[in-house]
Amino acid sequence: MRILCLLLLAFIGLVSADADYKENLSDYGFFKGTIKEQIPSDGVVLYTLNSPLFSDYASKLRFVKLPEGQSVSYNPDSVLQFPVGTAIVKTFYYPVDERNPKKGRRLMETRVLLHEAKGWVALPYIWNKEQTDAALEVAGGSDQVSWIDAAGKKQSFEYQVPNMNQCKGCHERSGEMTPIGPSVRQLNDGHQLQNWETAGLLRGLPKDHIPALVNYSNTSASLDDRVKAYLDINCAHCHNPTGPARSSGLYLTWDSKDRTAYGFFKAPVAAGRGSGNLSYDIVPGKPEQSILHYRMASRDPGVMMPELGRQLTHHEGVELVRSWIQSME
Amino acid sequence: MKQMIFLLSLLSLSAFSQADFEKNLQKRLILAEDGATIEIEAGRFSLTKSLSLEGKKNITLRGKGMDKTILSFKGQIQGAEGIKVSNCENIVIEDMTTEDSKGDLIKTMQVKGITFRRVKTAWTGGPKSTNGSYGLYPVLCENVLIDSCIAIGASDAGIYVGQSKHIIVRNSAAYQNVAGIEIENSLYADVYNNKAIGNTGGILVFDLPDLVQKKGGHVRVHHNLVKDNNLANFAPKGNIVGNVPKGTAMMVLATSNVELFENQIINHATIGVAIISYFMTENEIKDKEYDPYPTTVAVHHNTFERKPRRVPMDSRFGKMYRFVLRFGRQVPAVVFDGILNPAKIGPDGKYPLHYSICVRENVNQSTAFLDAGNNFKGLKQGKDLFDCDFEYVKTTKF
Repeated sequence: MRILCLLLLAFIGLVSADADYKENLSDYGFFKGTIKEQIPSDGVVLYTLNSPLFSDYASKLRFVKLPEGQSVSYNPDSVLQFPVGTAIVKTFYYPVDERNPKKGRRLMETRVLLHEAKGWVALPYIWNKEQTDAALEVAGGSDQVSWIDAAGKKQSFEYQVPNMNQCKGCHERSGEMTPIGPSVRQLNDGHQLQNWETAGLLRGLPKDHIPALVNYSNTSASLDDRVKAYLDINCAHCHNPTGPARSSGLYLTWDSKDRTAYGFFKAPVAAGRGSGNLSYDIVPGKPEQSILHYRMASRDPGVMMPELGRQLTHHEGVELVRSWIQSME
Repeated sequence: MKQMIFLLSLLSLSAFSQADFEKNLQKRLILAEDGATIEIEAGRFSLTKSLSLEGKKNITLRGKGMDKTILSFKGQIQGAEGIKVSNCENIVIEDMTTEDSKGDLIKTMQVKGITFRRVKTAWTGGPKSTNGSYGLYPVLCENVLIDSCIAIGASDAGIYVGQSKHIIVRNSAAYQNVAGIEIENSLYADVYNNKAIGNTGGILVFDLPDLVQKKGGHVRVHHNLVKDNNLANFAPKGNIVGNVPKGTAMMVLATSNVELFENQIINHATIGVAIISYFMTENEIKDKEYDPYPTTVAVHHNTFERKPRRVPMDSRFGKMYRFVLRFGRQVPAVVFDGILNPAKIGPDGKYPLHYSICVRENVNQSTAFLDAGNNFKGLKQGKDLFDCDFEYVKTTKF
């Protein structure tokens, strides 16, 4: 009986510690009407990125809410420095049928990034089966999901919601939690930033010379630019000089100038079997000899990159990087 | 009857804990308050994802004992390591066994104060290239203590300390790894009273280019039993330890201020102690801040034992020993590649004493100067080629 009491106590302990954050997504009031429709409330702004992170073919809705009357200042280099009180909200979903949006969608999880006085925190909310609300689940979770893809093929796999700690596995710079997506180069699609300025959310926006990443899916852009954008959003959140993968010495940031640090003939450091019996991250002209390509294509947890947030292979991304390496002398 | 109910409730509890063990443990790690001790009961538990501890202070993660609390990651579907600890201070992991993760077993990154005590890490299917890379893997850490741990079967290094500062590895054992114990780009490490037996290479002290923490050094390796490290190298290619020839007791690669003393170095087919520059890896160096030369190294009061035998040929080193250096069946206990840093040599073309490689007063000592920088033309062998005073080796007292 004593054990039971102890367990009960421990359980109560867990619940009360959870209670520091809102238990349900609906408690925030980010959305109006039926919450699953994801219609933003006043002051909550839907935004898009030029080159989004691949997350197991999930579609995403992104929202930001700044504290009343406040704005963020322009900077061309890094993620915008949103003021304390800002919330960034990202919902992951799968359309029932990618060819026909009218057939509806299944919401999987909504991640809420809150900028508190002590720094950013990331909270994963998992949607219930009825799609009436999402509940905080600090330890993450998993659920089977299936959908019809754009080619009409049925896809199915065990979707993984990362735990709260794993969020920081990517969302980290020099040990501090940070957003990844909303940088000027990602938001600059020719009108989004201007709309933010008009709405009073952004200050200091210059007239021109605003950096922009291309959409890596855009086949009319140059291969170099597409790959730069792809590696920046999919890899560089860890692989940068102050990110969680800094110990590797491989830096895949969009503005990287050092070719060795970008992977060219760079030997791995502690890749272990992640090297796949290959000697270098990138061997120009030889994708099949490049560790970068090998690890992107893998689905083995001990080999694959990124380490988190991916169960499936991003075939289009792998093909993009393959053809880029192939195209080099 | 009362007993029966008690038994039943225990059974249902254990069923509950088996099913929810993983989620509960992860939740406890996430919600742990600073200063907490997280106890894990005895038993064998299967986990499917990495466990993660992040941004905490003064946490102890404690099992009921090595081989009593066993976390098995054999069925892992997510995460590149078994347990990951990041951005923490003063963390203790003790009294447990972790097994068979897909990547590393326990990785701790950016932790100030990390202790592993009576922790076993093992890949249980024998040495295989599909085993994960590192057993105990502190990287970018400070104040690292690894005490009374055991590491088995890593396809890179069983106990690997990388890019860290102020390190003690003691009373631990490494078996059947590619590298038993490896200290890489790390400063102020004291490695003693360990056993490295049956690995490809026993104890390695390496400095590599292109890393965040550029320079290692000030490493003492002493009072260790280094024996029978003759296992075929099973590291996946591309990894630096893949270059380590089987039958290597100790290797110092490009690290300075290293003192190796009072070790028992027994029965190694290829190398007793090798002191080599990064040029011996035949990899190109592009890192301008990198220092590829080992300087200020002392090897003294060790005991070497080796039965006469030919060096195995399945490595670049082995082939070099057989066909270029032609050592035959008597292989020198200590070899130095002889490639000197031109910026540090004196007018006589040698290192001044404070940069020297000094080898003296070892039992069964024999030495070779390979002159690898001149195509081995000046190869020399003898008992006392590097006899000098080793007082200049400065290491840190803990």
